[in-house]
Amino acid sequence: MENLYLISFGEIALKGENRPYFERILIQRIKQALLPYDDSVQLEKTHGRIYCYTKASREQVLNTLKNVFGIVYISPAKSCENDLEQIKNTALEIMRNQNYKGKTFKVETRRPNKGFPFKSPEVSRQVGAHILRNLEGLKVDVHNPEIQLDVEIRERSFVYCEKVPGPGGLPVGCNGKAMLLLSGGIDSPVAGYMLMKRGIELEAIYFHSFPFTSDRAKDKVIELCRVLAKYSGKVRLHVVNFTEALKEMRKQTPEEFLTITMRRMMMRIAQKTAASVGAKALITGESLGQVASQTLEAIVATNEVATIPIFRPLIGFDKIEIMELAKKIGTYDISIRPYADCCTVFVPRHPKTRPNLSGVHDAESLLDVDKLTEMSLKDIEIIDVKPQV
Amino acid sequence: MKEIYLDNSATTKVLEEVARAVFDTMTLHFGNPSSLHRKGIEAEKIMQEARENIAKALGASPKEIYFTSGGTESNNWAVKGAAYARRRKGNHLITTAIEHPSVLETFAALEREGFSVTYLQVDREGFIDLNQLKEALTPETILVSIMYVNNEVGTIEPIQGAAQIIKASSNALFHVDAVQAFAKIPLVSKLEGIDLLSLSGHKIYGPKGIGALFVRDKVSIAPLLHGGGQETGQRSGTENLPGIAGFGKAAKICIDNLEKWHSQMVQLKERLMKGILDNIPDTVLNGPVSGAPHILNISFLGTRGEILLHALESKNIYVSTGSACSSHKSGNSHVLKAMGKSEEEQDGAIRFSLSPFLSMEDIDYTIEVLADEVREIRKLMRR
Repeated sequence: MENLYLISFGEIALKGENRPYFERILIQRIKQALLPYDDSVQLEKTHGRIYCYTKASREQVLNTLKNVFGIVYISPAKSCENDLEQIKNTALEIMRNQNYKGKTFKVETRRPNKGFPFKSPEVSRQVGAHILRNLEGLKVDVHNPEIQLDVEIRERSFVYCEKVPGPGGLPVGCNGKAMLLLSGGIDSPVAGYMLMKRGIELEAIYFHSFPFTSDRAKDKVIELCRVLAKYSGKVRLHVVNFTEALKEMRKQTPEEFLTITMRRMMMRIAQKTAASVGAKALITGESLGQVASQTLEAIVATNEVATIPIFRPLIGFDKIEIMELAKKIGTYDISIRPYADCCTVFVPRHPKTRPNLSGVHDAESLLDVDKLTEMSLKDIEIIDVKPQV
Repeated sequence: MKEIYLDNSATTKVLEEVARAVFDTMTLHFGNPSSLHRKGIEAEKIMQEARENIAKALGASPKEIYFTSGGTESNNWAVKGAAYARRRKGNHLITTAIEHPSVLETFAALEREGFSVTYLQVDREGFIDLNQLKEALTPETILVSIMYVNNEVGTIEPIQGAAQIIKASSNALFHVDAVQAFAKIPLVSKLEGIDLLSLSGHKIYGPKGIGALFVRDKVSIAPLLHGGGQETGQRSGTENLPGIAGFGKAAKICIDNLEKWHSQMVQLKERLMKGILDNIPDTVLNGPVSGAPHILNISFLGTRGEILLHALESKNIYVSTGSACSSHKSGNSHVLKAMGKSEEEQDGAIRFSLSPFLSMEDIDYTIEVLADEVREIRKLMRR
């Protein structure tokens, strides 16, 4: 049996001329998200709503759609002919399935279809009376009801009373593509999530330096992508073999400049990879002052090598706030797995926390930066990570 | 690239003959040994034979062998079971600082319950001091637990001497964790002076999830698992027949070949040890020069064990840093720490654990790869 859900989207309804574009992307996203459960979902868009007819179960639909950005509410609904008796019975059926005992309610009717012979207040009154006659333990409260039953009379009539909140934001993909520098730590997946929420389609890049980082660290990054893919349907992960470049830097770079040189090298490689896939910005999990490579001076130094925008959505967040978010989106437990980066061997004892640009340039002058970038770009493994069903 | 597996103390590859025995009990002789019908009797016979094989290997009687889910359960059961059964006779327990976590954590749990525990210290080679043991024994001592072979460095503890001291000067029960010793080195004849002894199947080319506890006749310890009364009421739960059949088969094969495999491994270990210490500078042996023939622990100073492990892995050579269990946690080995090893020695430690199925060429190749990788890593480490 097919069930009906009314899907409301907030912000994108405001976007004037762009609206059809956003709606089209949202519809694609919903279809993609429900695909594992139903390959013939019917989606109809009308009047700032999407009507979704599907044979997927209620649980599957709600659990899936709560991760689709752009959705503000999901309302399990029923529809019927534009006939007052049918509307009354449909409303009663919906109310019967609620936990209504001892609750107050009201009926709210909208009638965009002016051909329907009864006016909205009249429909509300009649539907409310019908419910009161048939169910015990309900009281009417038109000002502050605990349950609001909505009736909408359009080409057909729709009745619903639940509003399950969606995640808000904008549908993934409507704001183009960006490349997330994903490390396996707590911050970067959260940064990725925040930009997906603003409609960015993610690709991710991870710098693997086996044997200095174990393959379990790589698996961890793949797992993180799997969680992020829940919100977007798919995350393409670029695994850069960074070992040779790292060795070269280790040999040539003064110890206190190693971290910043490494960061700059990662930015260059990420930027080139971004360009090759049409991603127009980079995303990092940097938070100002959190570690030596995230002081203002260090950020100036890493920023210098990028010519496309670097989004740093966590720049003003405290670690605790980031951890809360990571727990909420489901990446925290993966991020804290103990497969330590052995890269810590490369963390200098006394890193330059306030590197000046000329010092950084001097340190880098011993390296053949272009060669190392090219070399790393040639050794990239691409993994398409899908969400777990 | 040929696979060179040097992590046999973590677990071993199951012998084909053993795997066949496991398969047969899963698909043909799959009865429940407790069933009254023919299928049950058939299963019981297989179990009996396995029990006899293991008893024979120990010089014990079949009724002294209780099957468990593995080394961890055997150790937990022996230590807790003995402590609980003898609680009224005293409150004092003795073990060593270098036991496997399944022993140490069990003692820690008993400490939280109010028992008092003495941890024997070890010297730089990992040996306990029998005088210290003697001094630690009191009339209150109800249990002493000492491992036979240390899983990280291969030190063989003086079990016979310890047994004599314990039996001569106390009423304590003596438990020995023999998981790394059984079927690898000859054990004390007839387990003289030993009351409880833990064994595991997957360290001797048998399956995982099966082990045994030897409980000397007339010694009684409290059961951990209550239920259907299997294993004469001492360890309830339907018997893991496939595991038991495989364990029995593996024990028999290992004991039949003990002398031959022992001397093969002694030669392999010697070659690996000399090859490393002579050809790679700044290397330190952890543990005694002799010691168990299958365990060799060496520190490569100026490297990190974990990096070296992964570097070897890329050449299809598999080793371990400390014991596999402790590798999950960050932080260094409690064994090396107890032996008084420096932090640099602890950081750069690698355990090689051998099997008789390796060749001298495997060992030579490993030494060659090690020399290259160590040199490369040292260049990159913090100056």
